[in-house]
Amino acid sequence: MIRVLMGKPGLDGHDKGAKTVAMALKDAGMEVIYTGRRQSVDQIISTAIQEGVDIIGLSILSGVHLEIAKELMAKMKGKGIEGIPVVVGGVIPQKDIPLLKSIGVKEVFPVGSTFEEIVKGIRRIVNKE
Amino acid sequence: MSSSDEIKKERGRWEKAMLAKNPVAPTKTTSGMELDVVYTPSELEDFDYLRDLGFPGEFPFTRGVYPTMYRGNLWSMRQYAGFADAEESNRRFKYLLEQGQTGLSVAFDLPTQMGFDSDNPMVRADVGRVGVAVDTLRDMEILFDGIPLDKITTSFTINATAAIILAMYLAVAEKQGVPMDKVGGTLQNEILKEYIARGTFIFPPRPSLRLVVDIIDFCKDRIPRMNTINFSGYHVREAGSNAIQEAAYCLSSASTYVEEVLKRGIDIDDFAPRIAFHLIVGLDFFEEIAKIRAARRLWARIAKERFKAKNPRSMMLRLFCGSSAREATVREPLNNIIRATIDMMGIVFAGAQSASILSYDEAYTIPTEESALISLRTQQIIGYEIGITKVVDPLGGSYYLENLTNRMEKEIKALIDEIDAAGGMLRCIETGKIQMDVLKNAYEIEKKKQSGETVIVGVNKFVDEQKQDEEIVLTKIDPGLAEKQIERVRRVKAERDNQKVEKVLKVLKEKAMDTENLIPSIQEAVKAYATVGEICDTLREIFGEHQESVVL
Repeated sequence: MIRVLMGKPGLDGHDKGAKTVAMALKDAGMEVIYTGRRQSVDQIISTAIQEGVDIIGLSILSGVHLEIAKELMAKMKGKGIEGIPVVVGGVIPQKDIPLLKSIGVKEVFPVGSTFEEIVKGIRRIVNKE
Repeated sequence: MSSSDEIKKERGRWEKAMLAKNPVAPTKTTSGMELDVVYTPSELEDFDYLRDLGFPGEFPFTRGVYPTMYRGNLWSMRQYAGFADAEESNRRFKYLLEQGQTGLSVAFDLPTQMGFDSDNPMVRADVGRVGVAVDTLRDMEILFDGIPLDKITTSFTINATAAIILAMYLAVAEKQGVPMDKVGGTLQNEILKEYIARGTFIFPPRPSLRLVVDIIDFCKDRIPRMNTINFSGYHVREAGSNAIQEAAYCLSSASTYVEEVLKRGIDIDDFAPRIAFHLIVGLDFFEEIAKIRAARRLWARIAKERFKAKNPRSMMLRLFCGSSAREATVREPLNNIIRATIDMMGIVFAGAQSASILSYDEAYTIPTEESALISLRTQQIIGYEIGITKVVDPLGGSYYLENLTNRMEKEIKALIDEIDAAGGMLRCIETGKIQMDVLKNAYEIEKKKQSGETVIVGVNKFVDEQKQDEEIVLTKIDPGLAEKQIERVRRVKAERDNQKVEKVLKVLKEKAMDTENLIPSIQEAVKAYATVGEICDTLREIFGEHQESVVL
């Protein structure tokens, strides 16, 4: 069973997207751990290690996706868990998608992505790793 | 004149003769109310005009809380906007006042709303992002510099830190020499919905509720022109509830607050005339209007029958209404202007006292000056150019609308009773029941959008492939702003009397352990230039921090 960590970093409280995607992943047979709102990158990393997840998904709507992704990637490396794939969803302009991928994000699901696309994308990434 | 029996008989005939030959699929409102093809007096048989509608400005206020509604005064047009720092906001406020606006609306950044100082490294990315950053009284002095607080009213979207912001506002008024009975405004101060939806909570629900009631209690005699709470269904709806849940949760929360205030021996008529509600009007036009009318009638009855209010003003559901953000789209965003226009017409038909509608780019970013202006213009065009404001509750008496209003009222009431039976709103939030029910509904809504069952023009129907890759532009935040704000709070901390700050915070801590009203001690702390973060940290030590129980 694929174990997914759904993270909601930063102060932004809009987590309807994170939670509905989590429900869709559960319905698709995955196990989902949702961190809850207002998590620091350090908290997300320590939950990922504790729970031994296969993939980390971040939900970011407040425009700080590049900063957060950079911080997460660097800190994951510091903890030696850079092997866990990371995907990002939320309000992400098209032009930022290649930037996110260049720093190591495996896939980006901007607003408008369907549950099916997200489920398939996660399966593809986890099965490849 | 045809009798009700004749109408019923004729309806039966018509159904056989006409409807049976032109079959249509059953349909429902967005919250699941089944709809007939047409409505007639037969569907309003239990309708009693004087009992159910009455006259505007009179119990049960179904037709509106004021006798002449928009013939007397239009609703107040209060677009919600945040400007990054105190100086910029102050300039903007002065400009708006010069243009004849009499009320200000302040949006705060998330660190201010959640009790963190700007120099806290954890919140760096959020400083000044969605509103103005306020760390100390110094920021508030700059924010209202040269603005006479006895001449204007200010609406604050603030919850967990509402007591601190109130204390700062009063301190500025005091420095201006404005008597406290001349200070007016509105505090959102509705913490329960933060746990269900919006997310800017700090402490667990019970001590938070104490702070809310402390504010209501404190202002009741001292600051009579302050609207101390806005019962909010808006955010819960945005988080995914349906219209019935929105109204039921809002009214249940309202009852919870009222009960807490009554427990202190305060009479309902001493504070209820100053409370207001915040609900949404979205695209399911008639259901939304029916919901508001039903909620108005229900609240009037709750206030009168359950809480024994005597003053009719205590029974009025005065309404600040917002348009629907969840129905705005990222694709082809200009279409959101049309959606907001329709919402705004619904808001007028529903009879709101003030309104704020979504700007077309708000599905993905903070509105620009241009998009915010279009929202204001939308309100003005509806207010001044079309005739829907000339008659009170012009849709009242429609067979369909009255039938739907009655049915919505019944459903909302049933859900309120269910919450009461489950131990009340506070208990249902603590157990996560409400959050789960909202999430389930949000998930269903999203699935219906993705399957195309819910049509969204330009997104899942009539899709323009060429527009699929259209780039969205996010509003830029000046990174220098955070630096400036951090510098300011550090300077205040260096210049103030730190021994005094320690002393006032110690007193606050002692009071927090006790049951005394906390506002006077918070006032002392604020005047000593203690920061929002320091005051909240002091309270965190006693109250603890709320940990979300995450259920999926």
